[in-house]
Amino acid sequence: MRVGVVTFPGSLDDVDAARAVRLAGGDPVSLWHGDHDLRGVDAVVLPGGFSYGDYLRCGAISRFATVMTEVVAAAEGGMPVLGICNGFQILCESHLLPGALIRNDHQRFVCRDQRLRIENAATAWTSAYDADQEVTIVLKNGEGAFVADAETLDRLEGEGRVVARYLGANPNGSLRDIAGITNERGNVVGLMPHPEHAVEDLCGPGTDGLGFFTSVLQRVLA
Amino acid sequence: MARVVVDVMLKPEILDPQGKAVHGALPRLGFSGVTDVRQGKRFELEIDGELTDERLEQVRQMAETLLSNPVIEDFEVRPA
Repeated sequence: MRVGVVTFPGSLDDVDAARAVRLAGGDPVSLWHGDHDLRGVDAVVLPGGFSYGDYLRCGAISRFATVMTEVVAAAEGGMPVLGICNGFQILCESHLLPGALIRNDHQRFVCRDQRLRIENAATAWTSAYDADQEVTIVLKNGEGAFVADAETLDRLEGEGRVVARYLGANPNGSLRDIAGITNERGNVVGLMPHPEHAVEDLCGPGTDGLGFFTSVLQRVLA
Repeated sequence: MARVVVDVMLKPEILDPQGKAVHGALPRLGFSGVTDVRQGKRFELEIDGELTDERLEQVRQMAETLLSNPVIEDFEVRPA
């Protein structure tokens, strides 16, 4: 099972994402932003970080990276794609997911262990969880407030496309406490918190994040 | 050579935390009477040759594709 992890200039969490794939039992494959093909991977992770220094808007320049042409085509063909944090921003800029991520309402960077409720356990990346399961994974972002117009938010909620919601105090101003969403098909997921930082007991808040990576392995094997 | 300015602003309904922070700082510095602040971006594009309607239309496309995110931002294109 080959899961590609894309490295853009300024990606930070590509190595952690690859490690999470390995711990889940998959084979991580490094993909470079300038690649013209996806090296035969079965799924792709767009990791967190500050690609292209967050210049212009977070994810705005990465969207036009060479490899994204392939990622967008593969995602539209049904390949599982997970965007974490900056990866989520890239998915929104690529129009694979609706809405956008703007600066936290309180203007400060947030870094904490965050409780979430997994509301859609049917996506390619969340099938290892139970519906409404509560998990704790790391949240760290400066521009993590998910926004969309009311009609889009209603549609996301109505179609069960809110993958995860923040529990407790809203950490960044995300509308309707949304932490992650999916596309209509359920193969593309964008998530602001970082499951790849919660995959080992030694560091991080536990192993609640591992399910995102085991989910996709089950999906691809099935 | 011609210069075209593209102003990009968050849509009115989108919260602007940076504008709010600036707004909050003004009274602390002794400036009063400002009821709201919105922060945006200004791009200055140097265009080769004469500025035709076609070139302006191209700049609009640039603004829509890259310079702004139409989901959250509005833009305005004008010759400078």
